[in-house]
Amino acid sequence: MNDSTASTGTRVLGSITLVGFAALLLFGLVLSPADAAQGELVRMMYVHVPTAFVAFGAFTVTVAASVAYLLRRTEWWDLVAHGSAEIGAVLLAATLVSGMLWGRPTWGVYWTWDARLTTTALLFVLVLGYLAVRRLPLDRDKRAGLAAVVGLLLLPTTIVCHYATTWWRTLHQGPTIARADPQIDGLLLFTLVLGLAVFALLYVWMMVHRFRVLYLEHRVEDLGLDTAIAERRREASGALATPRPATGPVT
Amino acid sequence: MWRDAALVAGKDLRLELRSRVAINQVAPFALLVLVLFAFALDPDRGILARATAGLYWVAVLFSAVLAVQRAFAVEVADGVRDGLRLSGLDPAGIFVGKVAALAAQLLVLEALLGLGVVVFYDADVAGMLLLVPTCLAATLGVAAAGSLYGILSAGLRVKETILPLLLLPVVAPVLVAATQAFEAGLSGPTSDGWRWLGLLIVFAAAYVGLGLTTFDLLLEES
Amino acid sequence: MEPAVHLRGAVSLLGRFPALAGVDLDVAPGEVVLLQGPNGAGKTTLLRCCAGLVAVTAGEATVLGHDLTVDRRAVRRRVGMLGHATGLYEDLTVADNVAFWSRAAGARRGDADAAMARLGLDGRLAAVAVHRLSAGQRRRTSLAVMLARRPELWLLDEPHAGLDQSGRDLVDGLVADAAAAGATVLIASHELERARAIAHRSVAVVGGATARTSPAERDHVA
Repeated sequence: MNDSTASTGTRVLGSITLVGFAALLLFGLVLSPADAAQGELVRMMYVHVPTAFVAFGAFTVTVAASVAYLLRRTEWWDLVAHGSAEIGAVLLAATLVSGMLWGRPTWGVYWTWDARLTTTALLFVLVLGYLAVRRLPLDRDKRAGLAAVVGLLLLPTTIVCHYATTWWRTLHQGPTIARADPQIDGLLLFTLVLGLAVFALLYVWMMVHRFRVLYLEHRVEDLGLDTAIAERRREASGALATPRPATGPVT
Repeated sequence: MWRDAALVAGKDLRLELRSRVAINQVAPFALLVLVLFAFALDPDRGILARATAGLYWVAVLFSAVLAVQRAFAVEVADGVRDGLRLSGLDPAGIFVGKVAALAAQLLVLEALLGLGVVVFYDADVAGMLLLVPTCLAATLGVAAAGSLYGILSAGLRVKETILPLLLLPVVAPVLVAATQAFEAGLSGPTSDGWRWLGLLIVFAAAYVGLGLTTFDLLLEES
Repeated sequence: MEPAVHLRGAVSLLGRFPALAGVDLDVAPGEVVLLQGPNGAGKTTLLRCCAGLVAVTAGEATVLGHDLTVDRRAVRRRVGMLGHATGLYEDLTVADNVAFWSRAAGARRGDADAAMARLGLDGRLAAVAVHRLSAGQRRRTSLAVMLARRPELWLLDEPHAGLDQSGRDLVDGLVADAAAAGATVLIASHELERARAIAHRSVAVVGGATARTSPAERDHVA
């Protein structure tokens, strides 16, 4: 028995992630060249873009797990949806903050109501609402069901909002990775991919731990439940032992 | 399902007729929001004119939150939720009925607000052909999303605070699309507005579809 | 004959609390059974389980031929439940409420009128909004709704509470008529004298479990 949520697997994963971050620092800050247009500022990209990608991936997992929960009704999917949304929210917050820090020197402002920024901000608020539902003081099963529906409802709004804001206005640069663009340097691209891999590993590592903590929280609740049923049964048998129930004599 | 929907919608409209909460409280609130915007922005009449479409839809959404709260408060008060579950009414029918009654009330409200912006903001209502379908599609989307979050939050102790938090971001795309369509309808050539109308229709269809499938679950669980 | 209600080791949880911790109960069709026990014994939860409103998480539970552990919705339209809450729309009139709920259950218009007449609600009271009624009048309205729905299983939670002498007699008459017409009745009550007079037998519920069955209770009382 070990008394933490770590196992050999997660320790190895955590170590790899840690080494990955060291490598990312090395490539991001030292080895990769400065950009012709953006200069040193381009290094923000190695945090900004991977956190955004992994955060969006995390919410995709939440939506998928919500649907799976509604179909299967198993605790496993509920915990996956919950954990993934929490980690996604943290990563999305990192995306927003790094984006602002990057935006100030390049665009001259921290924030602008560009299409992608607007969609991202809205998604962040939606996820805050989802996490608020997660913290409602309800029965576990009820809360899981409500949260799964709320998780599912995030999808159409996010999609429609994406189109709405894209038509509306766009200042943010287009996708740089999908485009086979000669302007992106080889080492730069490698560093970016490394960043993606490292943040993805971080997500998986955090996910395993968060899942286990949530699972244990549920088990602690169940412990209380067994005691409660036992007590309730004693209450009943105690009353049976007395010849006349407290409700009054049978005439 | 349609019979149940008609029954529920009829009941809701009758309830409004008897209690007059929407007309006596929600509608004045909506006009109040318009007037408050005017107080805040009036010194420069130009801003008001340029922002008319956006302010109009912000007023609609705020009022919609109140209307949703009212519409679902009556469904959970004093054992009515149990009554609905025991009633044998099709949950999808209840959803359609609630959406229809809510949409009807919101449309009346929007007409009043339309009058309000013409009077207070000096708006020129030219492109009716675009404005009317925009109102219909946007209202359907807001009513459908509102009904889902309404039943979800109605049974909770924190219903007053959680409903706006959940509902307003979800209907934010309606705000963008309806505002853009309105601007096209109010001023410029309407050709650009049709695309926004299409988006509103997609949004409404998505939430009506989700409502038909998940309302049952929300009626049970919350 | 197949029992109307069959529970064997039924467990039901209210959140983390085991409201029912192993109930055994068999009720034959047409039988009137009194559930007696102290507050918090699980009587209300037992009735709500039978109505399909609360899940049975362990044990056997069959009501009117429906296995509640498999599907607890199909049984709902066949039962009538009178709880502590009224299950009425406050802003609608007595007639509106009875009409809405009975039509939802698919009852004929004549059933609603007959039910209101039986409960003494057919005169001036019919057009009064429920929020203006006294507690006893509300209870009569709830009973009228239940009667108009013609349930096969009557679940009455403290049916005599808040009623005057004539109202109590009315409840007893309704129960007798329902049983005579073949319906099954479960009554949870603290008014033991009165309830025993109309029940065929009584079952003690203590600590979320059935403690004892005493047949032919009525004969003793009589």
